[in-house]
Amino acid sequence: MTVTAAFFYLFATITIASGFMVIASRNPVQSVLFLILAFVNAAGLFLMMGAEFLAMILVIVYVGAVAVLFLFVVMMLDVDFAAFRQGFLQYLPVGALIGVVFLIELFLVVGTYLVEPRLIRTPAVPIPPPDVMTNTEALGMVLYTHYFYFFQAAGLILLVAMIGAIVLTLRERMGVRRQDIVKQNLRTRDTAIEVRKVPFRQGV
Amino acid sequence: MVIGLGHYLTVAAVLFTLGVFGIFLNRKNVIVILMSIELILLAVNINMVAFSTHLNDIVGQVFALLILTVAAAEAAIGLAILVVFFRNRGSIAVEDINTMKG
Repeated sequence: MTVTAAFFYLFATITIASGFMVIASRNPVQSVLFLILAFVNAAGLFLMMGAEFLAMILVIVYVGAVAVLFLFVVMMLDVDFAAFRQGFLQYLPVGALIGVVFLIELFLVVGTYLVEPRLIRTPAVPIPPPDVMTNTEALGMVLYTHYFYFFQAAGLILLVAMIGAIVLTLRERMGVRRQDIVKQNLRTRDTAIEVRKVPFRQGV
Repeated sequence: MVIGLGHYLTVAAVLFTLGVFGIFLNRKNVIVILMSIELILLAVNINMVAFSTHLNDIVGQVFALLILTVAAAEAAIGLAILVVFFRNRGSIAVEDINTMKG
């Protein structure tokens, strides 16, 4: 039990510390790297809660895709990030005030919540014990049956996001000579060759 | 010492607050604002999974998966808009984004 607690506090501390560094770090590249650290440790928290599939998906999707996308964009944009730090301290008091008030509200909620006992007794789809079914299998049994439309909608959202991102960032560069195969094939002898009568000692 | 639901909810609450705080703190830097939104969504996901395992109900994990999907799509679209904006205006400072002000 103490090992569990030790790992919980390890993961929780690193998650929160790197979450703080994401917003406080001077260099956005460091922010992205701390974001990756936060996600990996949150995946550890998920593992401890027993959601193994979500933990692995978090590592694959967030660390493997989203964070790398952030890293690409941060490094691709030629922006003077030091200029953004101007007025950093100016926003600190109001931001800290709002943050502290928000945190106190959340702690009041967390400290005083009560779970309706009937909710525990009657789950919509109970989690099977690990020796009967793995977490991935159990999730699949629910996702592909009861929540199939949600699954399809999630796929559609991803498709729309992919098409949107491509359409937004695709651009035709002007002044770049590209091979146009149709144009090449449509060339005939008449369009390609021109016979001119060149006057003597005058040139074309 | 038993690690219960309250511990995970506390972590999620702190992470959520850090995300909100980050939006206020980095008001000039769109990229850090997007990262703060990712932190907020991560906190929501921790809440979802914590309640899912505490109530012994796997539906919470299904919804956490959907939140993950939406977060990934949002990041992709947001960064694409950011790249296009930078290409057109040469800046991503938040105070420069005022073309639609009328």
